[in-house]
Amino acid sequence: MKIVLVAEYRDGKLLGSNNELIAFAEKMNAESAMFLVGSEADLPAYNGKLYLADSGECGEYNPSVHKDLLLKVVEKEQPDVVVFSHSSYGWDLAPRVAYAMKAAQVSEVVDVVDSTPVVPVCNAKLRRNVEVNTPKAVYTLQAGAFSLAAEPSGTPEVEKLSKDSEGKVIFEGYEEAEKGGIDLTKSEIIVSAGRGVGKPENIEMIAALAEALKGDYGASRPVVDAEWVEHNRQVGTTGQTVSPKLYVACGVSGAIQHLAGMKKSEFIVAINTDKDAPIGEVADVLVVADLKQFVPALTEKVKAL
Amino acid sequence: MKILVCIKQVPDMESKFKVNSESDWYDSGDLAWRMNEYDEYAVEQAVQLKEQEADADLTVLCVGPDRVKETMKKALAMGCDRGAHLQDDEFYKKEPMQIAAIIAEYARDKNFDVIFTGMQSQDRGSGQVGVLLAEMLEMPSITTVIDFVFEGGEIKVKRELEGGVRAKVKTSIPAVLTCQLGLNTPRYPTLPNIMKAKKKELVTTPASDYLNVESRQRTASMYFPEKKGGGLVLEGDIADLTDQLIKILKEKTGVLA
Repeated sequence: MKIVLVAEYRDGKLLGSNNELIAFAEKMNAESAMFLVGSEADLPAYNGKLYLADSGECGEYNPSVHKDLLLKVVEKEQPDVVVFSHSSYGWDLAPRVAYAMKAAQVSEVVDVVDSTPVVPVCNAKLRRNVEVNTPKAVYTLQAGAFSLAAEPSGTPEVEKLSKDSEGKVIFEGYEEAEKGGIDLTKSEIIVSAGRGVGKPENIEMIAALAEALKGDYGASRPVVDAEWVEHNRQVGTTGQTVSPKLYVACGVSGAIQHLAGMKKSEFIVAINTDKDAPIGEVADVLVVADLKQFVPALTEKVKAL
Repeated sequence: MKILVCIKQVPDMESKFKVNSESDWYDSGDLAWRMNEYDEYAVEQAVQLKEQEADADLTVLCVGPDRVKETMKKALAMGCDRGAHLQDDEFYKKEPMQIAAIIAEYARDKNFDVIFTGMQSQDRGSGQVGVLLAEMLEMPSITTVIDFVFEGGEIKVKRELEGGVRAKVKTSIPAVLTCQLGLNTPRYPTLPNIMKAKKKELVTTPASDYLNVESRQRTASMYFPEKKGGGLVLEGDIADLTDQLIKILKEKTGVLA
């Protein structure tokens, strides 16, 4: 089996998720080559061939140019699978490449069992095994699904690529995440509100429990999108990644994007009416209860200690 | 300006799911259906653009069985002008390339200037259809849009990246945009608009009229993941539960010390 790994580079830096691509190739016992639009001054630790285009010349986000460059690599390497991270870069570029390759794309692969890719369905409540019926395939890998036992080492053998097309999409730079306010990454105790809190007035009881536990409160994405809680308290892929001593998830169903932001917490308590919610997968304790009854009762008892 | 917004009907994600008898999808019985959450943002943005542009016409499109018309009516009540229902009872067996091909074939001769989709569906979650549609129509596409402005013939958006960073990107029309949660605040249809929506055009045609590509993948099996982790599950009386949890927190963590 031969795999082309599509590495990522953003704002002048290689992304750590590139190691997950290498881990995937190792797990598949596959021969691999890597593609990167990045910089010669910052090469990934990788033992193999690296096809490198310069991000100064090609742009960090320029999907049709990146597609054309990657297709040259596919033409030369003739891989069985082209692998991306399931990230804002990967899910954007992968379908373009799959379409040009006339290949099936399997999104957000969490495992490969007997050469069959496995993907989540319905907020990870279900899974499905995918049968690919094209000679070549494109995969995007769920963040954190494949990891290396140790930091990779090695120096790639670089072959440079230059662009011979222009894109219609123009990248004009980055805008940093809103700063200021609370920094949850420094919190030792976090009580987090999910969609299950039901209405904005109920945020108060979440904040009260956080205060009783001498911690801070956070929220999952739907709660922040509904503007019940400010963005700097959002935990998850597009918010903050936290690892407190105690994480109490209140009415958080456990979308993968949220889990990615909190699963490294030392101790996780989930309070949810749904026993089957995916948050149960990472929780040390799952309390099956109605938040509106349980949270105020717990707050009172903690205060009385 | 001609605008198209593509939506999908999905089950409420809080539903109790069952696997169907063929083990290739979830059972469609006993589920509450709603508009895919990402698509609500797509519809809202499409309606805002229509309101901004004089003489704009906005079509909402949905592939699926007859029940999806209920979800399409919500989009019409939010402000879409007309509905194109591409009827397919077995749409869940179609893979993203086929769904995109059906929509592309429908859209090909209609000269849409802007096409909105959700960035992914909540059930299948492939995140492919919008981008594939754009490739098929040879239009530029931008995914994960969290901010959208159209001025002077130019589309200026922000893409949401990991860690809350945003990338500023622009392109010209025609273009396809896939919408991220939080792009805007989707409106609730008002009663007068719900009434008006009942009179709007909603045309059903068989999706098979537009399908011209073979399936490249299929679901071999669908199942519930094995429970791992083996966390403790507490159920029962609220007072007992709080006592049990406090005891556990005292024993296992240092936070109540």
